[in-house]
Amino acid sequence: MKSAVVQLPGLNRDRDMIAALTKIGGKAPVTVWQTETEIPAGVDLIVIPGGFSYGDYLRCGAIAARMPVMQAIKAKADAGVKVLGVCNGFQILLEAGMLPGALMRNASLKFVCREIRLEVANADTAFTSAYAQGQVLRCPVAHHDGNYFADPETMAKIEGNGQVVFRYAEGTNPNGSMNDIAGVINEKGNVLGMMPHPENLIEAAHGGSDGRGLFASALDVIAA
Amino acid sequence: MTISNSRPITPELIAAHGLKPDEYERILSLIGREPTFTELGIFSAMWNEHCSYKSSKKWLRTLPTKGPRVIQGPGENAGVVDIDDGDVVVFKMESHNHPSYIEPYQGAATGVGGILRDVFTMGARPIAAMNALRFGAPDHPKTRHLVSGVVAGVGGYGNSFGVPTVGGEVEFDPRYNGNILVNAFAAGLAKSDAIFLSEAKGVGLPVVYLGAKTGRDGVGGATMASAEFDESIEEKRPTVQVGDPFTEKCLLEACLELMKTGAVIAIQDMGAAGLTCSAVEMGAKGDLGIELNLDLVPVREDRMTAYEMMLSESQERMLMVLEPEREEVAKAIFVKWGLDFAIVGHTTDDLRFRILHQGEEVANLPIKDLGDQAPEYDRPWREPGKPAPLPASLVAEPNDYGLALLKLVGSPNQSSRRWVYEQYDTLIQGNSLQIPGGDAGVVRVEGHPTKALAFSSDVTPRYVEADPFEGGKQAVAECWRNITATGAEPLAATDNLNFGNPEKPDTMGQFVKAIQGIGEACRALDFPIVSGNVSLYNETNGVAILPTPTIAGVGLLPDWSTMARIGGANAGDQIVLIGADGSHLGQSVYLRDVLGIVDGPAPEVDLVIERRNGDFVRSAIRNGQFSACHDISSGGLAVALAEMAMASGKGMEISLKDCNGPAHALLFGEDQARYVVAMPADMANFLCANTEGAGVPFRRLGTVGGTDLVIDDLLRVSIEQLRDTHESWFPDFMDGSSNAAAAAE
Repeated sequence: MKSAVVQLPGLNRDRDMIAALTKIGGKAPVTVWQTETEIPAGVDLIVIPGGFSYGDYLRCGAIAARMPVMQAIKAKADAGVKVLGVCNGFQILLEAGMLPGALMRNASLKFVCREIRLEVANADTAFTSAYAQGQVLRCPVAHHDGNYFADPETMAKIEGNGQVVFRYAEGTNPNGSMNDIAGVINEKGNVLGMMPHPENLIEAAHGGSDGRGLFASALDVIAA
Repeated sequence: MTISNSRPITPELIAAHGLKPDEYERILSLIGREPTFTELGIFSAMWNEHCSYKSSKKWLRTLPTKGPRVIQGPGENAGVVDIDDGDVVVFKMESHNHPSYIEPYQGAATGVGGILRDVFTMGARPIAAMNALRFGAPDHPKTRHLVSGVVAGVGGYGNSFGVPTVGGEVEFDPRYNGNILVNAFAAGLAKSDAIFLSEAKGVGLPVVYLGAKTGRDGVGGATMASAEFDESIEEKRPTVQVGDPFTEKCLLEACLELMKTGAVIAIQDMGAAGLTCSAVEMGAKGDLGIELNLDLVPVREDRMTAYEMMLSESQERMLMVLEPEREEVAKAIFVKWGLDFAIVGHTTDDLRFRILHQGEEVANLPIKDLGDQAPEYDRPWREPGKPAPLPASLVAEPNDYGLALLKLVGSPNQSSRRWVYEQYDTLIQGNSLQIPGGDAGVVRVEGHPTKALAFSSDVTPRYVEADPFEGGKQAVAECWRNITATGAEPLAATDNLNFGNPEKPDTMGQFVKAIQGIGEACRALDFPIVSGNVSLYNETNGVAILPTPTIAGVGLLPDWSTMARIGGANAGDQIVLIGADGSHLGQSVYLRDVLGIVDGPAPEVDLVIERRNGDFVRSAIRNGQFSACHDISSGGLAVALAEMAMASGKGMEISLKDCNGPAHALLFGEDQARYVVAMPADMANFLCANTEGAGVPFRRLGTVGGTDLVIDDLLRVSIEQLRDTHESWFPDFMDGSSNAAAAAE
């Protein structure tokens, strides 16, 4: 499996993501800069990591969604390549129209960094096959704008389709998200966006490795 | 149409620049003529307290700054300390007190931005941040507004820049009502053969301006640091800078990329007094002159005068001296990151600081007198008095020990800081091993399989107020102790000395004695000061802050897998007190927050015992002999036990029957050099025998188990109740709920 990490100015969890992909996949991902118009050939997984692209000085992810590199990512997604957006990456995928719904400011109006519980609401995806349906994971969040919202029609559709992949479990919803939604996938099942940071819980130093399963699934390797 | 740079120099204008009449006389004799308006601004910026350390230099020189691991001591952007394998840690703490009071969000944000820049200017990638924050009384009308703004500002900048905040302090006291403290710490990692300094080398080389454009923000900001506050301080709001963490993150990446190319000869970030201070430092340190042409400076506002450009404190800017043949390489990197790159001048051999604007020379000054030969004062100071002794027998016992403990763990100053630190990204970079809530923040060293660094920031201002010398010692000792409590070896520290008006002999006396105490403790503990910052004039309408010399230290863990945590105790473990029985209630939080009395001397720090007990604890942790460790500080043994129980979620059965002294002194005494540790029972037997030879007091207190903290028949409190009380004060206070107001009384 060949993976790529998108690097836009202001993204700052790119190094965390590169470390996770390297440690779990056994091979460093290639990096893709904001101005590139082609994703390198043979890439099976494109990851947009977290951070504050372009300072998030407009709506979170809005500027990034309009950069040339996003056209290249869209083309690859249309061709079936897996795309994972974490945190700001999720916000960017929403702004780019690649996922349904929107992310609003946290209900507390404050940035929140803490560990939450994450329920695997759909283990039958290319990103969650290493987990069991309904499994509850530990996972940290760190964001200011993670309050997921969708209109009733969209909500009914994504719930009906099993597009809700992760939910905040056990009363740990940190941001007021509707239906405790923490991560959603597109209809085709190859584009996943999520607010929590599985890349920050993959080894003993992190105090746990519940996040490994996501990368193991997406990279098609044994979770270990 | 040209912009007028001239303005008549009147006594009022001189006074408005914070220059005293004798300082102005000195300017006249130095340059032999009346200064231009721009020159007056430059002198005011360079000779103010913030840039020149004119009141403090004499005393700062007495601090120990060298050690086998110290590569760079004070005088550069940050200190540099060897952590083996060719790795170095680069760190410093700096205040942004005055701006944060006036405009809390931007003041705190740019404080964080400034300290991060100091670290990466030296070629280090920032890996950890801390913040020591001090606010006025919880019920003061401005306090919630300031807490909310400062915390959001610290988080807003640090989170976006992408550095984990792993420690810090938040404290309330009415003495900070008119002057809050925002002390920001940052540490970065570099290689020992790739450290960058500000000393310019070589004549005729290009001086390059990098980063964000120059605006009018912050003009005259540094002069705020040379005067007390009064009601008119709100008028200073326009002098607070505005932060842009996105540009700073780009600047970090661009600088580190450029440094790898070998093009950088010297680099200095533009902080206080911006272009003036950075250019003067580079030139003066390198014994070179600097000529700048302001027509080439990237600006974001029209018709800026030379005065405004030279004094602007616009953020996210750097000045470099570059290898001339690498200019194009350097420019390409900055263009890639969307940053300005402009050659704005060159180095000269005449030791003059020359500024050109619109073809006119608007300043021509002797560079050494601006920089390292700025004025210096030996201010008169008065030896502080010592409070009378306060034996525990004169201090009332609580009516109910359980309620007293709950009052303390739920008080404004001892309650959980979760409301604050959850607004900071504590996990980014994926290397955080211990986040706030324990004794020290711990971050592993990327690229090394086992190495980690521990960070702690400490000072107990009420001790410093009661006894500046012992209080200064205690700040160093507590920092050293917190680092030790993780198993790390304390390597070096940075000091952020916050005091009132140094022109008052009593305040100057506090400053002098505190520095002497800090120096004595640093020498005894081999814990040199490698960088720092002084913030004076923290005074409003004649009322000064509590003297607050914040000490932030760094320690090295060779193998983090053996590190100790506050919450690691297992059921059945024995709880052991390392150090003497509690006896000292003077200046304790028990006295202040339970009895409502501020009295007595500060606890004394016996540095020999401090070191002996600490060295014992560290070596036991490294041998894997403890399951948990916590230092004893404010609130004494009782609060330390409660904090360990809350962190582990396990109860304890404690007995004081073997201890000597009254129960309230044993439980709430704030005697120094003490730790509470947990370990399996057989280990306790083994270590008990060991400590006898080592002369380390080793007192078995009880065992871990159950769901309550029980101390003889004195108190029984459930962990759940402790946690509820401990966790609720801060959120209730910030929500404006009545519970918090009652607890704060």
